[in-house]
Amino acid sequence: MTREELSARIRACLGRIAPEVDLDALKPAARLRDQVDLDSVDWLNFLVAVHADLGVDIPDAEAARLATLDQVVDYCTARLGTA
Amino acid sequence: MIAFRLPSLGADMDKGTLLEWLIHPGDTVKKGDVIAVVDTTKAAIDVECWHDGTVEELLVEPGAELPVGTVMAVLREAGETSEQVRAQIDALRTAPASAAAPSATAPVTAAAAARTPLAAGRVAASPAARKRAAELRVAVEAIAGTGPGGAVTLADVEAAAARAAPVNRGEAMRQTIAAAMARSKREIPHYYLAEDIPLALATAYLAECNAGRSVTERLLLAPLLVQAVARAVQRYPEFNGFFRDGAFVPGPGVHCGVAIALRGGGLVAPALHDVPSRDIATLNRELLDLVQRARAGSLKASELADPTITVTSLGEQGVRSVFPIIYPPQVAIVGFGRVVERPWIVDGAVRPAPVVTASLGADHRVSDGHRGALLLAAVRDLLQRPDELAKATP
Repeated sequence: MTREELSARIRACLGRIAPEVDLDALKPAARLRDQVDLDSVDWLNFLVAVHADLGVDIPDAEAARLATLDQVVDYCTARLGTA
Repeated sequence: MIAFRLPSLGADMDKGTLLEWLIHPGDTVKKGDVIAVVDTTKAAIDVECWHDGTVEELLVEPGAELPVGTVMAVLREAGETSEQVRAQIDALRTAPASAAAPSATAPVTAAAAARTPLAAGRVAASPAARKRAAELRVAVEAIAGTGPGGAVTLADVEAAAARAAPVNRGEAMRQTIAAAMARSKREIPHYYLAEDIPLALATAYLAECNAGRSVTERLLLAPLLVQAVARAVQRYPEFNGFFRDGAFVPGPGVHCGVAIALRGGGLVAPALHDVPSRDIATLNRELLDLVQRARAGSLKASELADPTITVTSLGEQGVRSVFPIIYPPQVAIVGFGRVVERPWIVDGAVRPAPVVTASLGADHRVSDGHRGALLLAAVRDLLQRPDELAKATP
């Protein structure tokens, strides 16, 4: 899977939680929660969606450090690469 | 015979529009089965049945606007024959509606009954037309049919929907919220209290629980906050219940309404039932499910009808504190602001600690500030023993 494909799938997970968001307009290096109205339930549902789609189970401590789309993509890339 | 009535959909909702029946005459239904979908200004609601029985007749059609308390269907009880029930249905159709409404919470006025299709004959319409009418939220009874014998056709429905003013759910929801909150501010003499609550122990407990857990089992802070309120009102029951007809009526259990902001604006506050009896994993699961269903628009009537106290949490995107408005006929609401790291003095030294400001809005007709202070202090103390809070109580 290329980085673009991975990014598209992660954005699609976000789109299921926040259907009003223009996924193509998301800035990959800016904080996600500044761009999308996500509460703690939405964030957890996003992580659950990523887990269901990509099989990447992001631990609680790691998830707290992931703020931007790029960081989520990087984390999943690393995990999928070593899997 | 069981006359199934449209149940209360919460204090601010006095009518609904039947979108769809999920049962047919002859079906066996059990208590708790979802039997119909009813639209309100806030969301489409799954309406559950409160009796076991067999469906004899559906008295209202999809598209009909129904005041709360309208008889929607008639069920046969075990041992009853269809003939016995039919005679009673005829009596129900002709009797004054007020005589057939035993519940004070679900009154059917004669005028309201006259407006419902209970007394009206069935309008001829094709099944496809009825289905489309439900989808487009137009009442098939209000459409002049152009089909054989004046039957309403699919084209008639679509033409009627195009003529009707578009339904603006956002605006309708705003009016519903405005009506409930205006009533609250007009009728309820609120008093407000607040307390800063250190959460170092609670967040450490959650971090420890979540360290080895998959995302699918991860615990949030919110259910712990809700549980602290639920256990606290068990000790101070005058905050859990309703103010009705000039007097306080204690809640039949602790059912915590949870204020949930909807995407695109508006909010709903459906209930988590019997909160004190839940362990934290169960409550966490139920809360996630409730939020998801609230935002997807698939709540149950029972969830909207019976919260005994409401909890509102601004969450991580919020601000420090909230001055919450009571949702009538409830008598109290507890709000939590954003959890922030603040300087906190522990054993004579200043340390950074996660702190949340809890606030109470309560009804002075029922309680006083002294008891309110004890309630918030109990919430604070309960949150210092998260492991106990996490366990179910019998």
